[in-house]
Amino acid sequence: MQNRIQQAFARKGQNLLNVYFTAGYPSLHDTVPLIEALTEAGADLIEIGMPFSDPLADGPVIQQSSSVALANGMSLYVLFEQLREIRTKVPDTPLLLMGYLNPIMQFGMEKFCQAAAEAGVDGLILPDLPLVEYEEQYQPIFKKYGLQPVFLITPQTAPARIRHMDTLTDAFLYLVSGPGTTGGANTQAEGVQEAYFERIAAMNLRNPRLIGFGIGDKSSFQHAASHAHGAIIGSAFIRALEDAPDAPAAAKRFVASILN
Amino acid sequence: MTSNFQPNARGYYGEFGGAFIPEMLYPNVEELREQYLTILADPEFQAEYQLLLRDYVGRPTPLFEAKRLSARYNTRIYLKREDLCHTGAHKVNNTVGQILLAKRLGKTRIIAETGAGQHGVATATVCALMGMECIVYMGKTDTERQKPNVERMRLLGAKVVAVTSGSQTLKDATNEAIRDWIGNPVDTHYIIGSVVGPHPYPDLVARLQSIISEEMRKQLLEKVGRELPDYVVACVGGGSNAAGAFYHFLDEPSVQLVAVEAAGHGIHSGHSAATSVLGTPGIIHGSRTLLMQDEHGQITEPYSISAGLDYPGIGPLHAYLGASGRARFISIEDEQALTAVAECSRLEGIIPALETAHALAALGQLGAGPDDVVVINLSGRGDKDLETYMKYADKLK
Repeated sequence: MQNRIQQAFARKGQNLLNVYFTAGYPSLHDTVPLIEALTEAGADLIEIGMPFSDPLADGPVIQQSSSVALANGMSLYVLFEQLREIRTKVPDTPLLLMGYLNPIMQFGMEKFCQAAAEAGVDGLILPDLPLVEYEEQYQPIFKKYGLQPVFLITPQTAPARIRHMDTLTDAFLYLVSGPGTTGGANTQAEGVQEAYFERIAAMNLRNPRLIGFGIGDKSSFQHAASHAHGAIIGSAFIRALEDAPDAPAAAKRFVASILN
Repeated sequence: MTSNFQPNARGYYGEFGGAFIPEMLYPNVEELREQYLTILADPEFQAEYQLLLRDYVGRPTPLFEAKRLSARYNTRIYLKREDLCHTGAHKVNNTVGQILLAKRLGKTRIIAETGAGQHGVATATVCALMGMECIVYMGKTDTERQKPNVERMRLLGAKVVAVTSGSQTLKDATNEAIRDWIGNPVDTHYIIGSVVGPHPYPDLVARLQSIISEEMRKQLLEKVGRELPDYVVACVGGGSNAAGAFYHFLDEPSVQLVAVEAAGHGIHSGHSAATSVLGTPGIIHGSRTLLMQDEHGQITEPYSISAGLDYPGIGPLHAYLGASGRARFISIEDEQALTAVAECSRLEGIIPALETAHALAALGQLGAGPDDVVVINLSGRGDKDLETYMKYADKLK
C-alpha cells in the first residue's frame, strides 16, 4: 500500500509544491489554519517546522520565525496538541515535520515518533540527524510508527551515498539547490545548478526528487520543478506571512502566486 | 599507549561526541576525519608544526614556580605560562596546527568563531602568516566587551563579522561560522577554537593543544624530580586549554584533574555558565555532550563575566571526564575570579586573563597539602580584559 507521500506523487507526477512554515508563527495558533489554507490553495505537501533555538541549516528568515514561534510558546507538546484532529480536516495532504534533533531527544525519540504517527504525520526531515545515526539507532523506531525519513542531498553528496539514501525511504529525496542555508540566493555560475539537477535525475532513483533552498517565486519554482518532480518553498512563504493581518488568507494568496 | 580517554572511530567518548551535522557539512567533516590522523603523523607536517611552535609561538612556554602564591595557599604552585605564547594565550597552538592542516587539504579560505577574541586573534595571526583569507565570527556583545581583540584581528587583515542572532555571544558566533561553512563547502576550512563541534574536531584540537601537558611532564621532571604533579587545574569554557593541560595525564590516575567553570553570578542565579552542574545531555554544534537547555531542548543563554567561558556546552571529552569521575569540576563566580586577578597580579606580577582567573580562584578549594605539586594552566594574559578590570577597579584592590 502506498503511503500518503507516494500517493501525492502518484496523483500529480510533476510540479509538486511543498510549502514549509514554522509552527507557531506568526502567532501560536496559526498552525492548523495554515495547514488548511495551504491545502485548500493547492499545496501538494506541507512541511511543519518545529522551532529550535539554534537552527544551523537555516538562514535569517527561518531563524527569526523560529525565535518568534518560541517566544509565542510553541513546543512539541503544544504542536502535537494542535495537530490532534488535523486528519479530520486535512485527510490526504502529506504532512512532514522538519526540525532539529535536540528538542526531539529531550522529548524522547520514541515518544516523538508515536505522537507524530498518532497525529497523522507522514515523514520527518531532521537535518542534523546523520545517516549513520539514523540507521544504527532510529530506523526501527521510524519503521514501527510508519514514518518516512527524508534525506538531504547536496551537490557534494557522493553518488553511492545518494543510492544508499534512496534505499532507506519511501518518500522523496530533498535536493538542496546549492551551497548555503535556507532562503539564500543562488550564486552559482550559470548552468552549474542545472548540471547537478540533471546528474541526479539521470541516476534513475526509486524515489521522486524535490528541490529546495532558495526557491521563492513562480519562476524559480517552475525552473526547479522542471529539473525534478517539484520544489520546496520555505523562507519566501515565511516572509509573506510576516506582516499579514490574516495568515491563512496570505497563505492562499502566496500559493496562488506560485501555481497560477 | 592504550587509553580510556581517546574517542572511538565514530568520535565518541563514552556516550558523548559523534558528528551530528547536516548533509551539507558531511563531505567536509568526512574529509577531515579521514585525513587528520595521517596528516598529524606526517613527519613533514610535524617538522613544520614544531618549528613554528618554537620560533613563532615561542615554545616551550616556561613552567614557573609561583613562590608567593605557594606561600599564600601553603602548597607548591607552578604556573604553565601559556600567556607567554605569541598572541597571548594557548589558542595559537591549535591555529598553527590547523592552518597547516588546511593547506594540506587545499583550502584557501579560513573561518573561525571567537568568544573572548583570543581564538579569533590566533586565527587571524596564522592566516596573515600563511597569506590566507580570514573571516572571524564574533557575537556583537563580545565585540563590545573585547574591543582590543577586534582591533587586533582587523589589523592582522581579518574580516570580523559581528553576530547579532541569539544571545550575540560565542554560541551564536559558532552557529554563524557553521552556516558560513555550509555556504562555502569547497574552498573553506573552519578552524574551531575549542574541543567542541563534530568529530574529529574535539580530538583534533585536543591533540594540537596536548603540547601543553607534554612540556609540563618534562619540566616537572626537571624542577621537582617527577613527571607527575598531584593536581592539574585549568578553566573550561569549551575546554581547549584544559584538554591540552590534561591530555598526557589522562591515564595517570594519581594526577587529580580539576576543571574550573564559570558560575557567573552564582550557579543557581539564572546567570551562569556552569555546564557540568546545570547541563544535561543533548546536541550542540554537532556534538552530543552536556549543555544548558530548557525542558523542551531549547539551548539557554549562558552568562559569565568572561567572554571565553560564556558557552552553554562543554567539549564531549570533558563531559566524559566529569561523568566518569576522572576530572573534578569546580565552579567559580565572577567576583571570585576578579579577586584572583588581583591576587595573581600582586603576588606574582602576572596579570591573568579573566578566563584563567577562574582556574586561579579554585586554588583555595583544592585541598592540596604543603608537599603537593599543583600545576595551574595559565592559559592567557589579561591585557584584553583591561577595560573590564578598570570597570571593577574597586573589587580589584
